[in-house]
Amino acid sequence: MLAYILRRVLATIPIMAVVGLFVFSLLYLAPGDPASIIAGDQASPADIERIRVALGLDRPFLIRFGAWVWDVLRGDLGTSIFTNMPVTTMIGQRIQPTLSLMAITLVLSLVTAIPLGVVAAWKQGSSIDRFCMIISTAGFSVPVYVIGYVLAYVFALDGFELGIGFFPVQGYTPIQDGIRPWFMNLVLPSIALGMVYMALIARITRATMLEVLSQEYVRTARAKGANQGSILFVHALKNAAVPIVTVVGIGFASLIGGAVVTESVFAIPGLGRLTVDAITRRDYPIIQGIVLMFSFVYVLVNLGVDLLYTLFDPRIRY
Amino acid sequence: MKRRSFLTTAAAAGVTLAAPRLSLAQNTRVLKFVPQANLSSMDAVAGTQYVVRNAAMMVWDTLYGVDSTITPKPQMCEGHEVNADFTVWTFKLRDGLKWHDGEKVTTRDVLASLQRWMVRDTMGQRIKASLDALEAVDDRTFRFRLNKPFSKMLFALGKSNAPMCLIMPERIAKTDPFQLIKEYVGSGPMKFKADEWVPGARAVFERFDGYSVRQEPASWSAGGKKMNFDRIEWIILPDSATASAALQNGEVDWWENPISDVVPLLKRSANIKVDIGDPLGNIGTLRMNHLNPPFDKVAVRRALLMALSQTDYMQAVAGEDQALWKICPGFFTPGTSLYTEAGGDLLKGPRDIEGAKRALKEAGYNGERIELLVPVDVPITKAEGDVTADFLQKIGMDVNYVAADWGTVGTRRAKKDPVDKGGWNIFHSWHAGADCINPAPYTALDASGDGAWFGWPKSDAVQKGIADWYAAPDLASEKAAADAINKASFENVTYIPTGFFLQYTAWRKNVSGIVKAPFPVFWGVEKA
Repeated sequence: MLAYILRRVLATIPIMAVVGLFVFSLLYLAPGDPASIIAGDQASPADIERIRVALGLDRPFLIRFGAWVWDVLRGDLGTSIFTNMPVTTMIGQRIQPTLSLMAITLVLSLVTAIPLGVVAAWKQGSSIDRFCMIISTAGFSVPVYVIGYVLAYVFALDGFELGIGFFPVQGYTPIQDGIRPWFMNLVLPSIALGMVYMALIARITRATMLEVLSQEYVRTARAKGANQGSILFVHALKNAAVPIVTVVGIGFASLIGGAVVTESVFAIPGLGRLTVDAITRRDYPIIQGIVLMFSFVYVLVNLGVDLLYTLFDPRIRY
Repeated sequence: MKRRSFLTTAAAAGVTLAAPRLSLAQNTRVLKFVPQANLSSMDAVAGTQYVVRNAAMMVWDTLYGVDSTITPKPQMCEGHEVNADFTVWTFKLRDGLKWHDGEKVTTRDVLASLQRWMVRDTMGQRIKASLDALEAVDDRTFRFRLNKPFSKMLFALGKSNAPMCLIMPERIAKTDPFQLIKEYVGSGPMKFKADEWVPGARAVFERFDGYSVRQEPASWSAGGKKMNFDRIEWIILPDSATASAALQNGEVDWWENPISDVVPLLKRSANIKVDIGDPLGNIGTLRMNHLNPPFDKVAVRRALLMALSQTDYMQAVAGEDQALWKICPGFFTPGTSLYTEAGGDLLKGPRDIEGAKRALKEAGYNGERIELLVPVDVPITKAEGDVTADFLQKIGMDVNYVAADWGTVGTRRAKKDPVDKGGWNIFHSWHAGADCINPAPYTALDASGDGAWFGWPKSDAVQKGIADWYAAPDLASEKAAADAINKASFENVTYIPTGFFLQYTAWRKNVSGIVKAPFPVFWGVEKA
């Protein structure tokens, strides 16, 4: 197992190299550069050109790419063109809000979606099943920002005067400043972000459980007099877990994408907003640093998913 | 759902707010402010972004300031002496000026700051071009010796148009003028808390106890900059609905530029006051590339003037609220001393679509496709671009609407190449009225050809008018020069003004002292 983990971790190196080359090339070819943004709208063309030269943006592709790779190999992701802050510092500033948002979203999604999917499968064709599927279809269909605004309207601004507007509209409180304000800031964004994720997990849970519940060992368990809860959540769910865990892993990517929108709607200073701001400003070192980091995390999540398979299905060996 | 109706719905919340709750922005010594855009850097000399300028004005002071009558007044300077022909200017700094790190402000710092600024600013470049010497007389006195008269020195040193003449410590001012500074020590009324800066989310300014406040009343960038807050926090909220909700919820105190879509809702809120922010407003622009056909022909450019409707542009940009815009057949800021409509007749009266079609034909328009660059991520330029696409089609032009983000347009508009090699024909922008009060800060007015702003118009008559303005000894001569510039600019159609528009600012009613100015003035503001 250890050798497998080591092999998988080492395999991330060529992946990161390809990602790095791809991102760098894409940014090189993309129109626009930071010089015109630093200079501002009123600057003259000559001033913009001088800034380009000062930033080294006039250097050939290979020289710029080589310099960047050399820095990355030494653990230096570079410095923001605009703020002169190291990219690692900027990522460090933003990582807690994003991790917090994702963690709460993940927990919230799993604790609601899995029971929802299990119950829907158990009561297949009933009104409970239909209700669960309506909820999950809505979760798929309604964009994150619409859910975000509606939640803010009702639960932050007390839109219907029900006395339930006790959440802040925007911002983030670090966990070290108090668990309660930290949590209150993240409740609405997590629900908004988690809807798609929840819908995805609920649907796959239902589909997999339907297949598992028709297996003979389930019938055997019933015949032996096992209670319904034990059949559903111990016997069946464990055997349905492999596809669910796979979807949880795959869904992580959509969570990253959704975090960009959610962080914008709720003004959470996380990595999603940093990415959008960096792309808008063409702050190349930040974009490259974040994409590398997200790729690495995504590879690790997939590794984690693969390892979880062995937990749920002992027949799987690496 | 349409964007406007969605924003309206999303922003509607606070109007029906049931009960006040504990506001996050309640501390009366802390002001929470939502700026017009993200504060991505802090160098208002290397860059010309307004948001950067607004932040920098709290941190760095200027030798002179400009008050609400556009009159330069001493700020860091105690005063000045000038000889009869405006070639020798001697300035003396006030006593007791200190940097945020406690060091004394000296003429060494001032000279280094002036040298850096003179490279970047158009007025600074004029001073530098005629500079025999810039010298320190002593620790508090310095002198310009010029070989040509320059009567507008005080305005140059005090103007709030970027690049501003901000005074920095010598070690910072020695930074290459084309690179951003890396240290943020100033002598202004607020210190920049670099350790709390989260670019894209928050910037924090802390009161500088060592600031030497002038005794005169504050007026724009002049007078006593008395700060009533210990901290000013800039909260970056790029989403208008979020910003609107945050203001209604009391999570922020002041929103610099609410978009017009949400203003009616904010106005209905009992806790919010909405008013015009910058009385000098903005002038919308349609900028043509004078190097590429068909706009290399002045007759084609003039044909556009016959049919272009400023009303259409202004309604698209500022909505139906007529208090926010007006027709502006001139290049200078309406309501200021140089405003003139000389030569602007073609923009007035009923629009003549058929006449424009005929004029285009006579001018030799051959059906070339017009490459229209539209930054769709900026609501103002998006609105202008939409109107232009429609208008050009109405007069029979073939339009290619190139939707892009501002960063892309910002780079592409610098290309002088033909359209088929990545060039362009038209883009839109707007100029702050404060930049259009006279030719000095007005980059877009320049018609020097290759050295001019994007589009590269060339008109000797415009350039002569600008030179005459610089040489003008009094207001009457300045006005005469402005008339000539306006007329020549319309004759050449250096660019087309698409109208004059204002923008609102909004704040909680427990905040007082907010004044109308071309930038957010924080000194004198209080919170109950």
